[in-house]
Parts: sequence; C-alpha cells; structure tokens
Amino acid sequence: MVPLHYYLFLSAILFAIGAAGVVIRRNLIVVLMSIELMLNAVNLTFIAFARALGSMEGQVIVFFVMTVAAAEAVIGLAIIISVFRHRQTLDPQEMLLLRW
Amino acid sequence: MEISALVFYLLAAITIGSAAIVAFSRNIVYSAFSLLGTFAGVAGIYVFLGADFVAGVQILIYVGGILVLILFAVMLTHRIADVQITNRSAGMIPAVVIIAVFLGLLIQSIRDTPWAKAKEIVYLPTTAAIGDFFLQHYLLPFELASLVLLAALIGAVVLSRKETKE
Repeated sequence: MVPLHYYLFLSAILFAIGAAGVVIRRNLIVVLMSIELMLNAVNLTFIAFARALGSMEGQVIVFFVMTVAAAEAVIGLAIIISVFRHRQTLDPQEMLLLRW
Repeated sequence: MEISALVFYLLAAITIGSAAIVAFSRNIVYSAFSLLGTFAGVAGIYVFLGADFVAGVQILIYVGGILVLILFAVMLTHRIADVQITNRSAGMIPAVVIIAVFLGLLIQSIRDTPWAKAKEIVYLPTTAAIGDFFLQHYLLPFELASLVLLAALIGAVVLSRKETKE
C-alpha cells in the first residue's frame, strides 16, 4: 500500500514542473497548459488527502477546481486567439501596450 | 515489491514524464499531445485512490474538453499566418534556481511532517455521496459554479467573434 506522502511528492513534482513551464516558456498556449498542470497537481493533493482522512469533501472540492479550470481554459484561449489575430504573435514579452 | 506499488510508480512515471514534455518541449504540438499523458496518468492515480467518479470526470472534462480546446487553439494560431510559432524559452537559469528551491522546500516539508497513517482503502462507489454533498452542503457553490460556466461561455463568444464596426 502506497503511503500518503508518495502522492504528495508526486503532486509537488507535478506542481513544480507546471510552475517552471509558466516561468520559462514564452508561448501563451504553453503557459496555459502549464497552469492546467498545476491545477491537476492541486486536485491530486485534494484526492490524496480525501482518501487519507476518509472523507468525501476533498473529492467534492475537486469538481469546483475543475469547473474553474474549464472556465479559465475557455476564456484564456479566446483571449489568446484574439491577441494572435491582432498582433500575430504569442510571445508575452512582445505585448508591451501597458508598459512604459 | 507489491503489485500496487508497481502500478503507482508506473502511473507516476507516465504523469511526470509527459508533464516534463509539456513544459520543456520546444515543439508546441508535442506539448499539446503529451498533455494527454499527464491527464490520463492523473486519472489513473485517481482510480488508484478509490475516486472513481472523479477519474471519469477527469477524462471527460480534461481530455474531452480542455485538451481538444487547446489543440484547436494550437492549430488556429498555427494557420492564421505563416509565422513560425516557436516555443523558445527565456530566463532559464534564474527560473530553474527558483523552481528548484521551491521544490526542495515542498519536499522537505512533506518529508518532515508526521502524517497520520492512511486508512485502509475501501473501493466503494462514490457517486451517490458526491451527489448528496452537492445538493446539501455545497448547494450554493454548486449553483455559483454553473453561473461561472455561463459567464465563461458568454465571455468566450464575445471575445472570439469578429469585431464588426457599426
């Protein structure tokens, strides 16, 4: 039987990979994918604790996280596509409209 | 080694391997497709943890919804103009240092905390209990979630249609 902290290690590694992707990558779509990775890591932690504590609440919270993740992906991709249509680039370092 | 530990390690390797491809691959199409491996691996771990309904929903929403949407975005931004959509990285060294420190901190704190011994796992259907929670304790957040989805739907339509001048 796999102990609880193995799952926590796994989700910590997954979260760190996602965070690294957000910081390192210079393409908005990959940044969005990395955010999805981080949300998955958090969901994994919720489920692992829900099992370890023998309660259902953790599993219920995961559904709310998934809802927000879906909404975020939809809006994010819509914004990305309309940004691409206007500026022909997906590099966040070239989006300087608000910078002075 | 027990068979369950073996399965866990296999799923963890799939998940982390494809997550690494997502975050570090130079080709964005590879990133998008290896997201499938991550989502499927996480779903397998949910099954392993006895959360059957969550695993099904994970496959439905992430693989069936979000992944398809991301692939659409990749293909759309690829086609609109023939600019090379590179996926180059910037600021590698400071980012890696910060992430490594962060990961070390997380692992250290997980290892040092004395976790209570996990209960023996019982594989029971969880769907009815989740439904009870949604319609009793979490009724207001449940309704709010549907409102969020409606707002996202309308927002996506408004954002992505062509701008027409009056």
